Amino acid sequence: MKEMKFYGTALPGLEIEPYSGKLIVIEGTDGVGRSTHVALLRTWLESAGHAVLDTGMTRSILAGRGIKDAREGHTLGRLTMQLYYATDFADRLENQMLPALRAGFVVLTDRYIYSAIARAVVRGADPEWVRSIYGMALVPDAVFYLRMRSTEELAGRVLGSGSGFDYWESGMDLGLGNDYYDSFIAYQKQLLREFDRMSGEYGFHVVDASRPVRRVAGDLRRAVSRIIEEEPVSSGKESVKVEAREKIKPSGVPALKESPKIDSQEKAKTA
Amino acid sequence: MISYGHHRYPGRLFVVEGTDGSGKSTQLGLLYQWLKAEGYPVFFSEWNSSPLVKDTTRRAKKRRLFTPTTFSLLHATDFADRTERNIIPPLKAGAIVLADRYIYTAFARDVARGCDRAWVREVYKFAVKPTVAFFFRAPLDVAIDRIASARPVLKYYEAGMDMDWSDDEEESFKMFQGKILDEYDHMVSEFGLTAIDATQSIRTQQRQMRDIVGRYLKEELKEKVVLPK
Repeated sequence: MKEMKFYGTALPGLEIEPYSGKLIVIEGTDGVGRSTHVALLRTWLESAGHAVLDTGMTRSILAGRGIKDAREGHTLGRLTMQLYYATDFADRLENQMLPALRAGFVVLTDRYIYSAIARAVVRGADPEWVRSIYGMALVPDAVFYLRMRSTEELAGRVLGSGSGFDYWESGMDLGLGNDYYDSFIAYQKQLLREFDRMSGEYGFHVVDASRPVRRVAGDLRRAVSRIIEEEPVSSGKESVKVEAREKIKPSGVPALKESPKIDSQEKAKTA
Repeated sequence: MISYGHHRYPGRLFVVEGTDGSGKSTQLGLLYQWLKAEGYPVFFSEWNSSPLVKDTTRRAKKRRLFTPTTFSLLHATDFADRTERNIIPPLKAGAIVLADRYIYTAFARDVARGCDRAWVREVYKFAVKPTVAFFFRAPLDVAIDRIASARPVLKYYEAGMDMDWSDDEEESFKMFQGKILDEYDHMVSEFGLTAIDATQSIRTQQRQMRDIVGRYLKEELKEKVVLPK
């Protein structure tokens, strides 16, 4: 059992009580393989007998459809978009994630507040403003930040997935480039900068996502199984001090001690 | 992002606030007619009017999907759309914008529902500070009588039924409106709201309103925006 901890002001009317589930966040820029890894983790966890809830942006009953319709028409103003996403998040937090966590589920979420913060800040929103809106968010048990440094490689993956470039994921509303490709590269570079900036602030576990899926999945499994087996479980924020994105001291990352690949790969890239 | 109190636009923004049944919409309608007759370019902006958010709000109300937090955030989304589309552009163009309910409605309602006071204010930090914000103050029993005679059936959220304060709709409505009125009273000094005694005659209130609005009008506002006849 773990006490509920929030980044800011807790939700009104919420009974703050210990919960037995685990909240595991998979974060990263577009095309980095988040949904693939959420699906792999889910299958693996379920086969090991864990009840899993997976969720992600725009999947709320309340606001999901409204956001999709608005995105379709490319008519979302910047502030409106940030608040619509916050509504979607709050609905999923209150009606999906918290009930599942209380019931002992492992909640896997494809993106959490960090993507929303990165997108908003890149679009000129006041960073403090976005952070305080998301003060209602529960501090997760772990945040795995799938990181790929090369935006060109990200673009390749997006193309390889067959769906091609999306208007919003390419940041076309920002007018950063003449076409989807140029815009995608410029936009994702800015997002990457924001994610890296948040890495220390929120204690992300950085996972080098440029490696083959199988190896990334292996690292994630090892790290997740440690979080699930461990009692009491340490939260990502308290136990992990990530000084700078490439200077992770393996000794300072207890949750990942036996999966040194994550760190060594990052170092190898820098070296 | 420009914060509350820091926008600088040539236009003017007048808003009306107050509990249901305070008569604020009637007053704003009369002000609109006057400004138009005087030759000013005037735009009207209503609460809950964003076409982007309307379907979601309607569905959520019908299916009772809201919590205090999502109620607050979806209304903030609606308000953001209104701000980006219908408030900032006309103000930039030098027009007069009239808003029926503004951020103070959210502050009153959401806090009455239990949302954190500071959090709600932070969410709406992007709002343009009005030139004048009128608060039509009617005592609780007067407002309730007016609503009861105008609307035979109270709506679920309007009556605060989502808060489980009482099984009785009228009782719940009274409690909710009482909390809302308390919040408004706090905001008069916090935000410098201009309180108008809503028990006065409609004409008296309108005269007071026009007096105050008149101080912020200039002849050149009439030529700022060229409207088609």
